[in-house]
Amino acid sequence: MNAIATVARKEIRQAIRNRWVLAATLLLAALALSLTFLGSAPTGTVGVRALDVVIVSLSSLTIFLIPLIALLISHDAIVGDMERGTMLLLLSYPVARWQVLLGKFLGHLAVLGFATCLGYGLAAAALVASGSRIDSDSLAAFVAMIGSSVLLGAVFVAIGYLVSALVRDRGTAAGISIGLWLLLVLIYDMALLGLLALDQGRNISATALNAMLMFNPTDVYRLLNLTGFANVSTFAGMAGLAQSMSLSAQVLLLALTLWTLVPLGFAALAFSRREL
Amino acid sequence: MNATVRIGNVTKRYGDLEAVTDVSFDLGEGEMVALIGHNGAGKTTLMKLMLGLIRPTGGSIEVLGDNPAAGEFAGRRQLGYLPENVSFDAALTGRETQTFYARLKREPTTKALGLLNAVGLSAAADRRVGTYSKGMRQRLGLAQALIGQPRVLLLDEPTTGLDPELRQTFYEIIQRLAAEGTTVLLSSHALTELEERAGRVIIMNHGITVADGSIENLRNIARLPTRIRLKVTGLAPGEIPSWLPDCAPCRRLNGHVVEIDAAPEQKIEVLRCATASGAGLEDLDVVPPNLDELYAHFLRQVEGTR
Repeated sequence: MNAIATVARKEIRQAIRNRWVLAATLLLAALALSLTFLGSAPTGTVGVRALDVVIVSLSSLTIFLIPLIALLISHDAIVGDMERGTMLLLLSYPVARWQVLLGKFLGHLAVLGFATCLGYGLAAAALVASGSRIDSDSLAAFVAMIGSSVLLGAVFVAIGYLVSALVRDRGTAAGISIGLWLLLVLIYDMALLGLLALDQGRNISATALNAMLMFNPTDVYRLLNLTGFANVSTFAGMAGLAQSMSLSAQVLLLALTLWTLVPLGFAALAFSRREL
Repeated sequence: MNATVRIGNVTKRYGDLEAVTDVSFDLGEGEMVALIGHNGAGKTTLMKLMLGLIRPTGGSIEVLGDNPAAGEFAGRRQLGYLPENVSFDAALTGRETQTFYARLKREPTTKALGLLNAVGLSAAADRRVGTYSKGMRQRLGLAQALIGQPRVLLLDEPTTGLDPELRQTFYEIIQRLAAEGTTVLLSSHALTELEERAGRVIIMNHGITVADGSIENLRNIARLPTRIRLKVTGLAPGEIPSWLPDCAPCRRLNGHVVEIDAAPEQKIEVLRCATASGAGLEDLDVVPPNLDELYAHFLRQVEGTR
């Protein structure tokens, strides 16, 4: 069996043993379910677009939660194994360092993907079970939301690896990860909002704003989900923005993919140069 | 001699600290080599260099045809390594761990799992490694190092934490492998254990090889006296037998025992005198300098020249 697959399998097994899979799935399912039922209050039970409302509230939840879970799993992946001493033995085996990293990435991504699909899928299933009608447009938007959530997870797993490959000890990795989470999830948007309010639309053009949004993967994710589908953007209150958005879904997807591949590439580079 | 490991003028520097300085040696097929030296002498650094875990500051390394510093690892399928203080993922069982490592080496798992029996872990194979004692982890460490048919075994302090019985089994296993052509490099503090087993000894001190050769070789170079103990009846307390050659320093031990420090060329003469006199000689022991003494000798010599 391929070395990458062997490493990935071991990571998945470990995550199951350590209850990571269980905890992440339960957390996402519980929050998704509560949002599904509490979140439908404004539209009332006769709302025909119940799933679209769920997409809006769930993607907002995802922006906070998925990066956090992804960083929690990944920040420890390299520096933690080095500190525990298991990396020493692993690297004495016929396996390249990039294979170890890629194997871990696929394993962690599988864990995250499983938790997201199951947790959010439960929310959709619950809506169906409670008698809501769901049309194919909404369903497509929902599936796209789950897919992009996993992709957002991949971005933050890759960022976590980069941190893990660069720092000397686990404590530092955890600290930097929390800092990055705060920055990308909260501070960046607040700063951007403040900037826009101050500027009053005088200097910052739409293109510049688009570029600034591209520099934060969580904003890319937000744009992708809240403006990508017409019905959803109406509920998200972003219909105006959606019409002025010049960025297509393809560009946004490409941005998220780059946000995954670039940190992952740098993590592999940093890891290959490390001595242990 | 077919060399499986070649170390040529290797130096490794960490900042100002030279962990290994200009070390050169070849290890041949079927050789069992003891790497000895105190903590920080550079033993672990050498092994890490051979594995490509760290890169040398200067010099060349070749292990099973690979240059580990360049990230080549094809030969590592035939290499077994047991690190000092080995550790495993605590959440997996012994069996899962062994299977994982066997897959990485692309070796059949059934054979690899058989090794768990060989090191006496079969009863605990389905328990999580997190629950293992130090000795059990060490056994699992040995089991993973022996996966496949390793042509090179690098064992860093392999017998710490093993009970005497398992130590015996361990040496039997690696001696059998060495007989089949495996190069075994092991570092240890337990010098007495290595004395009869290692065909060759490399002594390191502060990153420098201070001695390299078979124990016989080293004894010849060191010229340490052989201790000869004679049990003689009818001697007064403090009396030294008159027939002894004058130049040999000797002392009385408890009771009737006389201990003589015989230089290598005096050894036969002392023995001849002792047996020829016949007077009251009851018993005789010849104790050649052991590895502990040789080690201490070479270290003193180096410290003297510093």
